[in-house]
Amino acid sequence: MKQTLLLVLIVWLLATLSACESTRDGQSANLGTELAVFELSDIEKEGTVYPIDVYDPFEPVNRAIYKFNAKFDRAIFIPIVELYEFVAPTFARERITNAFSNLTELSTFANSILQAKFPRASRALMRFAVNSTVGIAGLFDPMTALKVNQQPEDLGQTLGAWGAGEGPYLVLPILGPSNLRDAVGLVGDTAAYYSLDLFGLATYENDHRALLGLKVVDMRHNLGFRYHETGSPFEYELLRLLYTEKRRLDISK
Amino acid sequence: MSRAPLAWIWSQLYKALSVRSHCCGMAMLHLVFSGLVSTAFLIFAMGTEAGAQSYGYPFVNAYDATVIGTPRVFAAKLPDSIPRQEVGLTIFPERRMPEIFWYHDKLRFSVVRQRQKAPLIFNIAGTGASHNSRLMQVMEKAFYQAGYHVISLPSPTHSNFITTASQTQVPGLLADDARDLYRVMQAAYKKVGPSIKVSEFYVTGYSLGGAQAAFAAKLDEQIGAFRFKKVLMINPPVSLYNSVGILDNFINAIPGGPENFHVFYDELIERFSVIYREEDFLDFTDDFLYTIYKKQPPKEDEVKAVIGLAFRFTSANLLFTSDVLTRSGLVVRRDATLSSTDNLMDYFKVSVRVGFLNYIDHLLFPYVKKRRPKLRLEQLIEENSLYAIKDYLQNTGKIGLMTNEDDIILASGEIDFLRTVFGRRAKIYVKGGHLGNLAYRDNIADMIAFLDGGWPGQ
Repeated sequence: MKQTLLLVLIVWLLATLSACESTRDGQSANLGTELAVFELSDIEKEGTVYPIDVYDPFEPVNRAIYKFNAKFDRAIFIPIVELYEFVAPTFARERITNAFSNLTELSTFANSILQAKFPRASRALMRFAVNSTVGIAGLFDPMTALKVNQQPEDLGQTLGAWGAGEGPYLVLPILGPSNLRDAVGLVGDTAAYYSLDLFGLATYENDHRALLGLKVVDMRHNLGFRYHETGSPFEYELLRLLYTEKRRLDISK
Repeated sequence: MSRAPLAWIWSQLYKALSVRSHCCGMAMLHLVFSGLVSTAFLIFAMGTEAGAQSYGYPFVNAYDATVIGTPRVFAAKLPDSIPRQEVGLTIFPERRMPEIFWYHDKLRFSVVRQRQKAPLIFNIAGTGASHNSRLMQVMEKAFYQAGYHVISLPSPTHSNFITTASQTQVPGLLADDARDLYRVMQAAYKKVGPSIKVSEFYVTGYSLGGAQAAFAAKLDEQIGAFRFKKVLMINPPVSLYNSVGILDNFINAIPGGPENFHVFYDELIERFSVIYREEDFLDFTDDFLYTIYKKQPPKEDEVKAVIGLAFRFTSANLLFTSDVLTRSGLVVRRDATLSSTDNLMDYFKVSVRVGFLNYIDHLLFPYVKKRRPKLRLEQLIEENSLYAIKDYLQNTGKIGLMTNEDDIILASGEIDFLRTVFGRRAKIYVKGGHLGNLAYRDNIADMIAFLDGGWPGQ
């Protein structure tokens, strides 16, 4: 556990340092004085509302971390994921994904209770019970085959359901898009996972460090997203909007 | 010219935010679902489309077709995965990238190799699309399945191409774009050539890529690096200026006009959230838009507005990139130096409003005029169309055309021009909108049939 914390701390430090460096570079940037052919002030009507505007007071730091993440992805994360995809057959990868996904049912259960969504809580519990037994420790997912689909809930959603605002948009090192509320939720969910240590899972994971690595690689493997693959210079803005809307939808569900 | 961005937005939403993978249960569900859908559609098709007997592509409305494309049950059967490799190329070694585009270090393309000696086909993406856009991957699989090596190239209007492979960094001029593409094809072949045995060369492309394929083929007649055996143009514009004008204008279909965008947006999100709440499970992959469409068929103006927005987004990417690189002062001040931590929101807002036509009038045209002071805009418009290579298109037997009567990017009379010029080398389908039917089984079969030998009666 201590080693893991240390690792997280190092990554944070690295990202922050790189962010500081990038923002310092950014200070020398200038927006120019010679007017462009099309200036926003000329063509914009007063009071225009833009859905794409998201509260992002830490934007320079967020953008710097975004850049750090993109570089980390390209240099380290994706090569590892590609190696994993090359080495592990599809069948094995699907079993691994299922097993980790099965564990999230516990968090879904707890958060559904916290939101008084009892049918959803019982669904999570049922999925966990059946998939852990019939599905052999979650390696298989018979419940989805029976149309009892997963409906994930996390602490960020719980906080949102109880009326907590999003707070400022945040880009987390390695983890990517988030906001203050969801980041707090993430810390809470993680802390609960380790402190409750249900079925000794967290202890087991701690004793078998490779498992934690596999969890992270599996997570990245399941995210098809690749930084800057869109080629859009406005990818940061677009992803920020998509993240925000998706979370709003999840909370309203 | 571009439905890619829209598909992209949804696919990114899916990719970026859904970590749950689809397991075997999902596949079973999908099978059941697909079966129901195809049955329902067969009945629907029999009832309403007596006029278009044998062609079973489902959408009669060109705008619907353009946005939704081909639902899986109607699509050609293609392999799930193929041995595809991503490759990076340095075209201009001396070029230094502005910090804001730090991530464009190389031109990125993909290659799929056959084990044995085989023909090689180059495929060129449509406006703003990358080498691995959804349609590019569909075509890649179709060609690979038919026994071709495939090299997929991004559109010269995609920012990765503009930054790393465009000589002028001002895309949108067919002759220049074709020269850039030809250079890239040569470099790409030089890079992957040693690992494959090639019998003959082919080139194709969809949308703007289709027009560029023809211009590249004409260039090849002079340079002769490939001596293309066959060239296939899919849903190309006839006049770039006309098509861009049509698409630019769609944004005015937003109910209440572009100024009312936020209302339109909120309504779309609201409608979507209702579906999202009701549905136990939403598959964000291939048939996602189709699922929504069946739940709540949108009005034609709304679909037009969505196409318009997607096109404006593509245009914004292109014009901002070109503007920064050439310091043309279109939306970014000439003396500005942007960095990767700068807020770009204002530029995004301006760029979306400016649109493609203004890019041509205020950046591309003045830029070309510096080289050729006597050039008039009408001349540029003419050069930037298939009219400019009409004789070549008419007289060469190697070029084929696939398009649709109701392609939304064509101005009136342009379909007749295509009929006259290509004669029997044209397959013109009664419906499909812009690229909507590209993945439809008949279309894929026709594509391969043309490359393999030609269509009957040709």
